[in-house]
Amino acid sequence: MSPVLFEYFPILVFMGIAAVIALAMVGGSLLAARQKPYAEKLSAYECGFEAFDDARRRFDVRFYLVAILFIIFDLEVAFLFPWAVSLGSIGVFGFWSMVAFLGVLTVGFIYEWRKGALDWE
Amino acid sequence: MVEFFTTNPFGILILTVVKALLILGPLLVAVAMMTLAERKIMAAIQLRRGPNVVGPFGLLQPFADAIKMLMKETIIPTGANRTLFLMAPMLTFALAMIAWAVIPVNDGWAIADINVGILYLFAVSSLGVYGIIIAGWASNSKYPFLGALRSAAQMVSYEVSMGFVIVTVLLCVGSMNLNAIVKAQETIWFVIPLFPMAVIFFISTLAETNRSPFDLPEGESEIVAGFFVEYSSMSFALFFLGEYANMFLMAAMTTILFLGGWLAPFGIEPFTWIPGPIWFILKICAVMFVFVWVRATFPRYRYDQLMRLGWKVFLPFSLFYLVLVAGVLLAFGWLPTAA
Repeated sequence: MSPVLFEYFPILVFMGIAAVIALAMVGGSLLAARQKPYAEKLSAYECGFEAFDDARRRFDVRFYLVAILFIIFDLEVAFLFPWAVSLGSIGVFGFWSMVAFLGVLTVGFIYEWRKGALDWE
Repeated sequence: MVEFFTTNPFGILILTVVKALLILGPLLVAVAMMTLAERKIMAAIQLRRGPNVVGPFGLLQPFADAIKMLMKETIIPTGANRTLFLMAPMLTFALAMIAWAVIPVNDGWAIADINVGILYLFAVSSLGVYGIIIAGWASNSKYPFLGALRSAAQMVSYEVSMGFVIVTVLLCVGSMNLNAIVKAQETIWFVIPLFPMAVIFFISTLAETNRSPFDLPEGESEIVAGFFVEYSSMSFALFFLGEYANMFLMAAMTTILFLGGWLAPFGIEPFTWIPGPIWFILKICAVMFVFVWVRATFPRYRYDQLMRLGWKVFLPFSLFYLVLVAGVLLAFGWLPTAA
């Protein structure tokens, strides 16, 4: 294995241990506790009365909008990571390139703001 | 004997497992004790006594709770997707655990000393939203569904400003390795020059971990308990453990990025006698105390206020501050040069 990949080996070990602990806890509870299910106990919780209808229903489009905005800005952050680490070597040119990029993005951000995409009520 | 643990693949595996357990064991005990500490601190703030029956000062309370959880029935609602329903808490728990592989408790003590440590932490903490979304969807019940939607929108909103804060710190360090980030703070902790960013980061961590005053996903007075309404027994306990382990993780990130990790304050005499790991733990405890303090002090945000704070205050401000810091570092020639 190459040395770079080898540095990630402990993470694999952590995953294994976490999975074992999680499975042991849920499995242990299934074994240790008395299971006695019946129809009312297994129905979806809705403040005491029987559930009206299925929970997979329409929801507010704003949640979707937030997700789209998040993708744009999160990609931008991912773009900034290598820039931040190497700014010392790319210097003034690198700085102004990023300022131009962020400027374009800020224009888009102001547009969203004005359009009310960021308002919740 | 030593070669066995450094060259033989099997030996390396054993050594890594032991190291991992040395981190995860104390972490799980700390999480258990944190649930007690939280109740005790909140009780003190509200002039109550808190749990004091089980064991001296109620110290055995977390263990009593754990045994109670273990002996409860695991309820899987009829409408639920069984596999996903059981997988969600395990995912939340496992994600909170694996992030600890890269945390340096002392100089060079990180078990996986990878060169993109902070990026790894950022990625793992972003994945946390999956556990919640899966739980909310698989439950096939209205409260969990609403809670999961709210939680996802809130977590992604605050993640953006957290990303900007991390990038600002990286500008001052010039490396993504967590060990290097702490070492760069030997002269001054980043909390002093980057104070506004430290505040934004701390508030964002509150929102990321769904803590009060941003606990709308679990707002017990409106949507009962949010995304884990339908959970019981150990699958509920896994969510609980995962959330608290995540809080510890966020406290550790705050410590590493802004409070100088394992470094003693000011690096002067009486403080440097205390070893690094102790400082690290003390700093995490201090941040955790503030988490509880905030919970006992502030009322819950309204959802539109929460979104406004994330998108209209933190995002523009952190973006502006990022460019400002980059400009200042460049203008004065303070940028760390590539080694």
